[in-house]
Amino acid sequence: MRARLVWQLLLLAAVLALILYFAVRVGAERASEATLDAVLGAAAQTMAEEMRSAEGGLVIDLSPGTFSMLAAMGEERIFYRVDVAGQTVTGYEDLPLPETLPTALAPTFYSVPFRDAEIRVAAVVRAVRVEGRNAPVLVLLGQTREGQGIIAARLGNRAAALGLAVFLAAIPLSLLLARGLLRPIDRLAEAVGRRGAHDLRPVRHPAPAELAPFVTALNSFIGRLRGTLSQTETFIAEAAHHVRTPLSVIRNEAELALRQSEEEGTRARLRGVIRSADDAARSTGQLLDHATVLYRAGQAEWAPLDLAVLVRAVAARLEPAAGMKDITLRLGITGPLPAVGDAVMIEAALRNMLDNAIKYSEAETVVEVQANALGPMAVISVADRGRGLSGMTNDRLKRRFLRGNNVTDVAGSGLGLTIVDEAASAMGGGFELSDREGGGACARLSLPLA
Amino acid sequence: MRFLLVEDNAELSASVAARLGIDGHGVDHAGTLAEAEEYLAAVSYDLILLDIMLPDGDGRDFLARHRRAERETPVIVMTARSAVSDRVDALDTGADDYITKPFDFAELEARCRAVLRRKGGAAQTLRSFADLTFDPLAATMTIAGEARDMRSREVRLMELFLNAPGRILSKEHLVDRLFSFSEPVTDNAIEVYVGRLRKKLVGSRARIETVRGLGYRLTDG
Repeated sequence: MRARLVWQLLLLAAVLALILYFAVRVGAERASEATLDAVLGAAAQTMAEEMRSAEGGLVIDLSPGTFSMLAAMGEERIFYRVDVAGQTVTGYEDLPLPETLPTALAPTFYSVPFRDAEIRVAAVVRAVRVEGRNAPVLVLLGQTREGQGIIAARLGNRAAALGLAVFLAAIPLSLLLARGLLRPIDRLAEAVGRRGAHDLRPVRHPAPAELAPFVTALNSFIGRLRGTLSQTETFIAEAAHHVRTPLSVIRNEAELALRQSEEEGTRARLRGVIRSADDAARSTGQLLDHATVLYRAGQAEWAPLDLAVLVRAVAARLEPAAGMKDITLRLGITGPLPAVGDAVMIEAALRNMLDNAIKYSEAETVVEVQANALGPMAVISVADRGRGLSGMTNDRLKRRFLRGNNVTDVAGSGLGLTIVDEAASAMGGGFELSDREGGGACARLSLPLA
Repeated sequence: MRFLLVEDNAELSASVAARLGIDGHGVDHAGTLAEAEEYLAAVSYDLILLDIMLPDGDGRDFLARHRRAERETPVIVMTARSAVSDRVDALDTGADDYITKPFDFAELEARCRAVLRRKGGAAQTLRSFADLTFDPLAATMTIAGEARDMRSREVRLMELFLNAPGRILSKEHLVDRLFSFSEPVTDNAIEVYVGRLRKKLVGSRARIETVRGLGYRLTDG
């Protein structure tokens, strides 16, 4: 679109430059011709006026003054012819007459070929008294116009240069104009492009009136998409709800049966039932968290919050779960860490980070939870002494339903890290995992500070 | 401890009550908020386990009334939805903690202990055996006036023995109670914890005996 606009503008500039070229050229030619004609006509008039009757004839006084005017026009050749009562009395008698003879001193001009040259002729008529009678005297004064051709060529060159200059000046102007015209579109595209993958807020970027139908269409599309997404999320939430209650019953009954059974084979099976119920519960929980993060990321309900307070709250919340394995959560939090975001979404991310660390840690180890400001970001890290990444890349670990190949013996859905990653990107932050010196993994979530 | 369970799903209520009963807790079950109010008017409870969605109202409204009436009984909200917004709401309206269904009973007990500890209701949970006093909330064992700190698993193991003094508890039984089912556990893990508990008991008349091939038993003397 930009290239097309630029091309069209340049084509327009080229046409304008050509018109300018011809206009300047024709105008200049006309002007110089008019000037030369005026001089020629004046000279012819002078010649006619200076005739006077004399004894036995007519005296024509070809004064040098008359011709000096013409000489001033350059190296031109001059021809004249004087007819009295239709008889050529002096000059070139083959100098062609005008098509219609002039009737007064006002000159008539015409161009004719004469003696290998194109000449311009001025014709005037004057009545002179000859031998007692009024006789019409026709004066023709011709002049070559070679000088004018040179001037015209020079003027033409100048006009061409002017046209080219106009065209060259039009190139950057066209580019600037095209950019200026397209800037609102570019800005809009940039604003939409900068959004996170799940940012489904309507576009509120200022746009010129001409773009309003486009923005409206875009927003209506976003709205429909959000509606579909929201329905899916409600469905997942409802489904999780309906799965969790019966799962609770299964788990409790299995545990009761386990307590009452003395038969080792049955007990092993019941343990399997409980394990699977836990597994299913965890998966539904993470599906819910994932749906929550997806949904929340598309909402605009962000508010100022203190990340330090959130991290402390989530850690306190998971303390009993860590206590089950005698895992100590050691907090190193320097607050306040003010940010603007969705508390529910951040909580889901933090909970999954901590939950992961506790899940993969051996009993009686320490999980370090740190939250500090680092430049414009708040960095929240959770470091455990678990089994580490064992060569898995970040990309692989963050992918949905993909789990590390060293954790097949621990229940999990493979959604935990995806949740953290999606929450991070929704807030314009980042998330990465690394192996820790001395064993274990470190998960680092960075979120922009307000 | 005495629990009031407010939950409308009959099967779930029955299994939760039965499961808590095994550990020696008393449980009253209310299927509606109105029923819960009746129980609360007549009986004093250590803890209320509250579901959010009930046939005659929202558990959060009950919580708000509970707080307005300045009743001290701590409340743990049980939520099946686990939607985080629910959790936040529950805590905002004055629940002491929440737990997501389905829950591990060991974790529920740990949360109950944490809530009771915060509420300072330790007195009635002190337990005595032989010459020792055991405080599960403070996680201490006091022998001859000397308080010894215990870790979470030691507390839970001690509770198991105190719930059945003199009875033989099998290794498998102890493993099931002490470790999460999704955690890989070796057989001698339990020996490690029994060993630690024995160290804490040094100087007391209470002893944990090994009954070869059967398990362990807490004895006095």
